[in-house]
Order: sequence, then structure tokens, then C-alpha cells
Amino acid sequence: MAIEFKPSPSLPPPSTSVGAVAWVRQNLFSSPLNVFLTLFSIYILYLLIPPIVEWGIINATWEGSSKAACTAGGACWAFINVYFEQFMYGLYPSQETWRINLAVILIVLLIGMFAIKAINKLFLSLTILLVYPVVAYFLFAGGVFGLEVVETSRWGGLFLTVLLGVVGIVASFPLGALLALGRRSNMPVAKSVSLVFIETIRAVPLITILFMASVMIPLFLPEGLNFNKLLRVLIGITLFSSAYMAEVIRGGLQAIPKGQYEAADAMGLTYWQSMILVILPQALKLVIPGIVNSFISLFKDTTLVYIVGMFDFLGRIQAANHDSNWLGTTVEGYAFAAIVYWAFCFGMSRYSMALERKLDTGHKRN
Amino acid sequence: MTNTNMARAQLETGESTIIEFNDVNKWYGDFHVLKNINFSIKKGERIVVCGPSGSGKSTMIRCINRLEEHQKGSILVDGIEMNNNLKNIEAIRKDVGMVFQHFNLFPHLTILENLTLAPIWVRKMPKKEAEEMAMHYLERVKIANQALKYPGQLSGGQQQRVAIARGLCMQPRIMLFDEPTSALDPEMIKEVLDTMVQLAEEGMTMVCVTHEMGFAKTVADRVVFMDAGEIVEANEPHEFFDNPQHDRTQMFLSQILNH
Repeated sequence: MAIEFKPSPSLPPPSTSVGAVAWVRQNLFSSPLNVFLTLFSIYILYLLIPPIVEWGIINATWEGSSKAACTAGGACWAFINVYFEQFMYGLYPSQETWRINLAVILIVLLIGMFAIKAINKLFLSLTILLVYPVVAYFLFAGGVFGLEVVETSRWGGLFLTVLLGVVGIVASFPLGALLALGRRSNMPVAKSVSLVFIETIRAVPLITILFMASVMIPLFLPEGLNFNKLLRVLIGITLFSSAYMAEVIRGGLQAIPKGQYEAADAMGLTYWQSMILVILPQALKLVIPGIVNSFISLFKDTTLVYIVGMFDFLGRIQAANHDSNWLGTTVEGYAFAAIVYWAFCFGMSRYSMALERKLDTGHKRN
Repeated sequence: MTNTNMARAQLETGESTIIEFNDVNKWYGDFHVLKNINFSIKKGERIVVCGPSGSGKSTMIRCINRLEEHQKGSILVDGIEMNNNLKNIEAIRKDVGMVFQHFNLFPHLTILENLTLAPIWVRKMPKKEAEEMAMHYLERVKIANQALKYPGQLSGGQQQRVAIARGLCMQPRIMLFDEPTSALDPEMIKEVLDTMVQLAEEGMTMVCVTHEMGFAKTVADRVVFMDAGEIVEANEPHEFFDNPQHDRTQMFLSQILNH
């Protein structure tokens, strides 16, 4: 007679291997060294956080018209409050700042439209890259449709920072890709031009390029022929960034197996077709971390425009620190700058991570 | 008369040479990789190239669509000489499909996009038409249900069949196979060979570098044996296997057939 096998029900896992207790054990107290490090970190946090909270929130002053109003002993956020508009828009006329806001809303809407399936993505991209910049330029500069003209010398604050960063990033990306392709090209002229450009620009500090762009170029240009300083600075930043971008992208190109180039060639694709359709999409995906790294770095480097007398976000904060009503608010100013830069850079970094996940076809290449 | 028979008939009349090697030589630095290759392939002919590794067989077929450049002699494909003229090279590549040892599918594109890329961009075919054709070829290699997957999601054998379909999508006059089964697990070799046999039966001009001697026996019109950069012997499979003329051929055959 067959005996039926009845397994006894499994016991639940011991409480030490699942749940919060287990997590803490595994991650924080798994070895004597980790125990020490965990306790040490907690101690450091204990030392740091309460004073920061006390200074930044509990004892902070939020309203007031001069440093004298800040008597609670904490942060004087009233300074930021009063100067907020200048930090955002520089010396852009108050009654015209809606133009900047409108441009920001427009681009957010346009980018948001990528989520709508019915819209042709290529058409939308071209609108953003070709039509939007023109619209934005006329919104910012004015002079059409009865908009008041606002000289670029009055552009400043976070508006200028973002403008420099975005234009630098968007323009340096294709230029960098071209330089990377040029440097790997078989054509001697393209190769040497790219090589000399990259190696020259990379060997020079950004500050020098900005200085050249704003001071030296006008000296060399003939009398009467002069173009806008902001434009010169934008070109300087773009060229600088594109040299770095080129090297990052070249790294990606080198990682693509030879078979991919051969398969594209064997199909009869032209050089540009095979680069744009086959090689670059793969290479760029590989180097997203490097590209975003360069972009973050560029975004912060734009603060150097103070050297040529432009007042971007950080420049405006530093200038406001010299206001005799607000002497002694340097810490608040820099703290605010740190928070804003951090938000932008962290945003870029998160976006790059999301992009990597989205583009991952999940499989090793062959 | 079926396509196959027509191709046969043409072949027998000895007309329409489609690939011609005239005294082709190639060096990699000092290494003389192809030595005085003289060989011609007729339309509809199925050629199997075999030989020990390093004998120059891959290099030879890669010269046909100029993935490799030869330094001396001339190669005529479909009457067009392969030289540095980009127009000529592009014209030939449109008509020559190639299947690689490592598949070389584009990992960032779906299977369907892999197939339609060249028809759309090289042949300027409308997208819809290209997709219909792609699905037709995917059905032929029995893989249509995978069209929207990415290459990395397929097995090696499936990837290689996709690669064959991708080659066919250009509606080529010649198909080149560069060791198409060498990177595959044994159980996947058969599915790829079956696809190739089917193709051969339809009268496609095929040049195939392979170690699959069974395939050579069944489908080849001629088997070419290369060693040390030379064509040692080229003959009908029956003669080639049963009555090899050269010592080197005999040695090679004894090594690969008696293991």
C-alpha cells in the first residue's frame, strides 16, 4: 500500500532574515567595522543636523528690508526674499519678466507634448530645435510686435545661467559629435582639423576663452564690425564644451564593435547614414553618463562669465552681498546658490538615469 | 520552367559570369593573405569555400563587397570593377547581401527595424512597403512572430536567421555567407542551414565560407579549397570529396571528415 507523502507546512523565515530588523543587520551592522561606521555616521549627523535646522529654519528671519531686521540669530532669508527677482532675472525690467516666464512655460509645454502619441516626434523635435529658439530670442530681446527692446547687458540672474547652460549644451552636442567623427575619420583634413581643435581648446582654461571672446576678439575685428558680447560668450562656451563632448563621444564610438560598421557598410548605407542610423545611436547611449557629466560641469562653469562682466545667478548674488543694507549675508547667498545649482544638477543626473533605463534594450551586444 | 531550372539552364550554357577575380593579391602589412586568386562565379551558382583557418577564405569573400580592399589584380562584380570609386562600391553593396559569423544585427533596433533599415534608406522604399517585405522574409525564415523584439532577446540561431532575412530584404543578386554557423550552438546550426538550403533551391547566387561539409555536399555547385592564401582546388562536390586531387586537400578532408 502506497504511503502518501504529506510535506509538513514550511516554517516562516526567522524574523532575523526578513523585514526591517534584517535589513538593518545586513546593511548597517554586518561586521565590527560596519558597526563602528554606522555609529560614527549617526554621531556626525547628530552634530550637524540640529544646528543647521536651528540656523536655517527655527531661528531664521524671512521678512525684512535690511540686515538689521534679522535679529533672531539664524539665517537672514529676508535678503533672498528682497533680491529674489534680481537673482532670477538680473536687471531685466520688472514689468517685462513675464516674457521670460512665458518662454519657460512654452518650452515646458513643448517638451510635455512628447508624451502625446498622436504627435509626430520628429516634427516636434524640429519645432523645439529650430522654431522655439527664434521665438524665445524675440521674446527675450523684444523689438517686434511692440515688445520693448531689452539689451542683452540687462539679462542676468538664473535666467542668464540657464540660457548659457542650455544653449551651450544644445549647441555643443552636435558639434562634439561632428568633431568625434572627424577625429576618427579617414580623411586627413577632417582628422587633423578636429584633432587640432580638440587639443587646443582642451588645453586652455574656460576663463581664457571667455576673456578672449569678450575682450580680444573686438580688438581684432575691424572698426564698426562688432557683435554682441553675449553671443561671443555663447560661442566661446559652445566651442569649449564641444571639445570635451567630442572626446566623450569618441569613447563611445570606439566601443562599438567593428561588425556593426561592417554590417552597415555591407548594406550599402552611406557613411552619414551608417553613422546617424547605426553607430551614433549606440555610441551615444553608451556614453550618456559621460555626456551628462560634461553637461553638469558646463552648467556650473557658466558662472565664470562674471570675469567678463556678466552677472549670472551667482554673479547677482555676489553683487547683492555688497549692498550696504545687507552686509553679512554672504552665507545665505551662497547657501541659496548651492540649493538652486544642486536642484538643477541633480535633476540632470536623474534625467540621465531615466534615459539610460529607457534606451536599454536590455541585452549584451554581439 | 521554375526559377531554379532557369538558373540551372543558364549555368549550363556557361554564360553570365557575375563575380570575377583576376589575379587578385592582398597583403596585411608583410603578410601575403591572398595570392593570385583567379576565379569566376556564374549567375545562380552556389559556391562553398572551405579551408583551414587563416587561409584567406573570409578575406576573399569580403573583397567581393569591398569590406576588404585588394591591392593587386581586379575584381568584377556584375560587370562593375571594385575600386575606390564610392559610387561603384555603393552600387555593388546594394546588390550583395552579407551574413556574418557574429550576426552583426543592430542591437538598438527591433528585428523589423533591422530588416527595413536598408530598404528604406538605400532603396528609398516607402516604410509600409518595406515592412510588408520584411514580414514576408521573416515568415520565410520562420521567425515572423519575433518581429517586434530586440536582437538580444533572440537565440543565436534565430538571430542568424534574422540576419539572413535582413540580407534578403535588399533583394540582392548575390548572397555572401561568412562562416554563418561557426558561432552557433550545435542544435541551432540545423535551423540556419535549413534556411540556407531553401535559399539555394530558389536559385540565389551564393558564396559561402563554411566548415559544414554536409551542406557543401548537398547544395554546392562547386567547392573551393583554400590554403595559405591560394585556391588549391575547386571542383564539383562529388569529385571534390571522393577524388581530391591535391595532397593538401586530401589532408584537410581527412582531418575534418574523420573526427
